[in-house]
Amino acid sequence: MYQYRRFNNKNGFFQKFGNLDYILLSCLLILGFISLATMYSTDGGEVLFHTRSHFIKFVVFFSMMLVISFINIKFWFSLGYLSYAVILGMLIWTINFGITASGSKRWIDLYFLNIQPSELMKIFIILCLAKYFHRMKAQHVNSFYSLCFSLIIIFVPMSLVIIQPDLGTSLLIAISGIVVLWFAGLNHKYFFYSCLLSIISLPIIISFLKPYQKLRVLTFLNPDRDPLGAGYQIIQSKIAVGSGGFTGKGFLKGTQSYLEFLPEKHTDFIFTLFSEEFGFIGSVLLLLIYSIIIYRVIRIGALSRSYFAKLFCYSFGTSIFIYVVINMSMVLGLLPIVGSPLPIMSYGGSSMLATMIGFGIVMSAKTHSQQSIA
Amino acid sequence: MININISDSATKLNSLNRRMFILATAKIIILGGIVSRLFFLQVKENKKYLTLSDKNRIREWKLPPIRGEFQDYFGNTIAGNFEAYQLHIIPEEVEDFRYVIYRVKELLELSDKQFKKIVKKKNEIKPWETLIVADNLSWEKFSKINNHLYDLNGVKPVISISRDYPYKENFTHVLGYVSQANENDLLTNENIKEKFVPGLKVGKTGLEKSFEQKLIGSNSVERYEVNAYGRRISQLAFQKGDKGETIKLTIDTKIQELTNELLKEKAGSICVMDIYTGAIIAMHSSPSFDPNSFVFGISQDEWQLIRNNPMKPLVNKSLSGNYSPGSTIKPIVALSALENEIIKPDFTVQCRGHKNPLELYGQTYHCWKKEGHGFVNLREAMKQSCDTYFYEVARRLGVDRLSVTAKKFGLGQKVFKDVFDNEKNGLVPNTEWKKNALGRNWVLGETIITGIGQGFIQTTPIQLCLMTAQIANGGYKIYPKIVVNDDNQYADKFTPLYKKSRNIKIVQDAMFSSTNEVRGTSYRSRLDDPKYRFAGKTGTSQVKKITELDRELDLKTFQIPYEERDHALYVAFGPYKSPRYALSIIIEHGGSGGTVAAPLAKKLFKMIIDRHEIRKNYDNKKYLDI
Repeated sequence: MYQYRRFNNKNGFFQKFGNLDYILLSCLLILGFISLATMYSTDGGEVLFHTRSHFIKFVVFFSMMLVISFINIKFWFSLGYLSYAVILGMLIWTINFGITASGSKRWIDLYFLNIQPSELMKIFIILCLAKYFHRMKAQHVNSFYSLCFSLIIIFVPMSLVIIQPDLGTSLLIAISGIVVLWFAGLNHKYFFYSCLLSIISLPIIISFLKPYQKLRVLTFLNPDRDPLGAGYQIIQSKIAVGSGGFTGKGFLKGTQSYLEFLPEKHTDFIFTLFSEEFGFIGSVLLLLIYSIIIYRVIRIGALSRSYFAKLFCYSFGTSIFIYVVINMSMVLGLLPIVGSPLPIMSYGGSSMLATMIGFGIVMSAKTHSQQSIA
Repeated sequence: MININISDSATKLNSLNRRMFILATAKIIILGGIVSRLFFLQVKENKKYLTLSDKNRIREWKLPPIRGEFQDYFGNTIAGNFEAYQLHIIPEEVEDFRYVIYRVKELLELSDKQFKKIVKKKNEIKPWETLIVADNLSWEKFSKINNHLYDLNGVKPVISISRDYPYKENFTHVLGYVSQANENDLLTNENIKEKFVPGLKVGKTGLEKSFEQKLIGSNSVERYEVNAYGRRISQLAFQKGDKGETIKLTIDTKIQELTNELLKEKAGSICVMDIYTGAIIAMHSSPSFDPNSFVFGISQDEWQLIRNNPMKPLVNKSLSGNYSPGSTIKPIVALSALENEIIKPDFTVQCRGHKNPLELYGQTYHCWKKEGHGFVNLREAMKQSCDTYFYEVARRLGVDRLSVTAKKFGLGQKVFKDVFDNEKNGLVPNTEWKKNALGRNWVLGETIITGIGQGFIQTTPIQLCLMTAQIANGGYKIYPKIVVNDDNQYADKFTPLYKKSRNIKIVQDAMFSSTNEVRGTSYRSRLDDPKYRFAGKTGTSQVKKITELDRELDLKTFQIPYEERDHALYVAFGPYKSPRYALSIIIEHGGSGGTVAAPLAKKLFKMIIDRHEIRKNYDNKKYLDI
């Protein structure tokens, strides 16, 4: 039996090919197609820079994901700490030699492309923590030592990103890490107490925020405070979504976007444009596609043999879910505006790269579902 | 060892799966929340956001409305619209703005001051807004620009519609003028506020102001789709506005032009009126100015020149000039005395000249004639304008009875009600008025000088014209009008103003004698042809009290300083056999009415009566056309 399985695992390329999750793949392709169409619309119905660039990135990173799928999950397990350390190094590099754009240092110049290490950290922190907890015995999970160590793993990149400054991404990194801690079986009471603590300390945190961040919170609480200034984005975004109606204004007919009322329409507010043009039906359909993708990711985790793969898939799926929810809540006026892209839909290479690496590892877990990791 | 391991991983897996299940439930709830938010925004509140989105993207531009025209009685346009040649530049469409603007400066020969003003304006507007470089170019310069368009990228020669007064200074005081609407116009007139666009021109005085509501028309509206920065993307609709109403006046341009000519170089006013319809045939105040210079804003130099002119071109003397009527009041004094049966036409007074003036309570009252008129009855007294006779009549009549008659004939109140905002009331005094206004009792001496139109009494030229018209038409009330289709229906129109119509006849006859009989004060200005024969009354109103010294010196008019010379007045009606028109003439500081004002009437009546046929035929033809 054991021999057979080993043999099976060693089975070649075609076996792995058949083991790919085609529903997940086709959903990703559909999403990629939708994002390209939306990008085409943001360019005003022409194939311009954003569309072309987004297309190239999608094709390259999707292919890369397929390649990753064929690499044994063991390889990713072994890479867990190293990759984390490399990204951490890149973050430190960013602080010293990063490219400054619109007031924050987020990118590093790799000559052929500019990369945003904070986006990659969202994925590799999951990988790192999954490896950390994979080895741990159940009774040690809640030990003081492991708790401290995992919190350090989370806090170091988070604070490195905060000083860029990029509050949104650092929060997302923290959330990704906390999700892993949750799945690893950290006691409920820690989550409960830290929640309580953060609510109590909220006023203190707010006093530490930068003026523009405070403004965002105030604007969220009352967007009409300054409709042409700080509240402009969220007001225009709500108008765009609301005016879309049940069936939407039609492809390339979103007046809010092509008359340039929408800010950041390529990146954080891409859902607004999509929702304006395709309406309630389109938006729900998009949510459905995301749901299927997340469901498939979690299902792969459930069917995986190794604890590491399970932990990674569950955490990754949940993180994707949280990114989607935060982005949509933000553009629908349910949350304050923090910079958080919509996975795959938003323009941005690093985000796409990170997401695709994540899906690649998930897919690798699928193709190597019977692989056990010592 | 292995067993423990297995059980350990089993607990870990159990915990993992249980927690996944908890989170999955939470995820479904959160997803439900997002979907319901979407539903709320996109389905429930859709209408609200759709409106907001349209408000974002659709913007309306009002274009200046096309102003209604003024026509004279014969349908000639006296205030119209003309195509102004303008030069617009949209800065962002110009590649090299500096080059183009210097080139334009060169071509239009702009002064440095004008040039700086344009550059300043350019810096104030957004780059896609229109910069008006020149608002009224001559045809030569306009075609010069058109010939050089090949190297003036982005420069747009535009033909726009603007106000034009083809008769220049002839109608200035009747029509007023238009100029750019200012803040005050917006505050006082809701209609202007509603229709305002930058560069909108509105009436500032005269009929242009009074009929603003009818003239202004309505804006054309262009609806554009705009982007977030206010740039026009595409035109969605064009809604054409209506031109303002055309207003037809009763004025005859030919006669109006004659009045302008007669008053050249003089300060004064001429009013001509139809004595039955009350239609104003001509109404001119001199000196006048060219209203066209106000349309695009008058230059400071030109404005100072008009403002500081001692003859006061800005004052409409026909309506707002308050003058002592002088002897032109005498027909009313005579009529009042006859009506109140104070005197009979054969009532006689002896005028004994300057050596024996009338003395009352220590005051002396002189007749204008040094030698005196001897024994005069009413007709003679009117003919020769004997002051002594009217002192006596006024003394017997009393100022209160006189003021009743004077007011009845239209003195002391606005003739056009509220048509002109600069019309003055004039003043017909009585004992009660003086007590209320000045707090002192009426003195008999004041009655006496009121009898010759001096003292408190003040009239405007149009009031004198109305007075004369109502005497001429046999004593019936009329309401003067300047707009042809004046719909006002007055119940008391054509009601008799007299008690005995014979009295009116006596006054008419006395006025006839004044112009057409030897020794009449305006005998030299008569027209002998019965067709043109007219009757009138001269007047010379003193600007200052005549002292004994003045009387002794007996200076000629040209020897007295301009400001101290008498005003010359003349009122008349004609043709005498079947009167149709009345007129009043006043020449400020002109001297005696008989020598200065009356001769103008001679020329006027010639034309007025000639034009009457044309006017009548025009009426009839119009009638047939309907």
